Amino acid sequence: MSIETVQTDAEGYLTNRDDWSEELAMELAKQFSVELSDEHWTVLNAARAIETESGSSPGLRKISKRSETPIKAIYKLFPDGPAKLIAKIAGIPKPKSCL
Amino acid sequence: MTDSGTQKKRSLSVICSKGSFDMAYPGLILANAARMAGVDARLFFTFWGLDIVNKKKIDRLHLNLVGNPSAPVPAMIAGLPGVEALATAQMRKEMERLDIPPIREFVEMLDDAGADLYGCQMALDMFKLTKDDLVPQVKDVLTAMDFMDMSEGAQIIFI
Repeated sequence: MSIETVQTDAEGYLTNRDDWSEELAMELAKQFSVELSDEHWTVLNAARAIETESGSSPGLRKISKRSETPIKAIYKLFPDGPAKLIAKIAGIPKPKSCL
Repeated sequence: MTDSGTQKKRSLSVICSKGSFDMAYPGLILANAARMAGVDARLFFTFWGLDIVNKKKIDRLHLNLVGNPSAPVPAMIAGLPGVEALATAQMRKEMERLDIPPIREFVEMLDDAGADLYGCQMALDMFKLTKDDLVPQVKDVLTAMDFMDMSEGAQIIFI
């Protein structure tokens, strides 16, 4: 699946979780002007892991704790709406949490 | 997605005017949600809302039961000594279970998230406080007019 063929909902979240791949994540990130580093991947993998385990897309607080990445650092890695950006790039639904 | 150059960035101004434990959270949560979604956020703490960022009071905010029709106990009991403290402790425990941070940590989190916090000059004067009495995350002390100027084009929420 590439960025041209993959299906997203009206807000830009992947419609089908199985369409996600690391390559796709890199393409999606580029779209948001984010160049993925190891730190980005730690955060993205944490978000995906929580979503897989709990079935619910996490907010930043949970992602921060799981990835051991401070909130401040997450905002540096994903400026301009980190909760939304992380979910979109990680291929998980819009976060259900307010924190 | 980042906004295009032609579209003005969304921004939110929250005015926190109440200092009870239960009324401190809505403003903090809304500002945090805004930052998580890429919306600029600033908070103005005025009158009793100043307690939320007052160094001496931030960890001791109390639930408001008396005169609150949603209180889980009858009004007559709500006013008895210790009842509010008990209810506050219970609510704190429940919030901890849901992983909602205590107010002090929440204020730090907002600062880390890039929200701007301001104290109200008039309220400080009224309570005979200075900026030093406020937690360090408070960026500045402003007049209401300053805050209005800052909020041009923003959505304003009064709590």
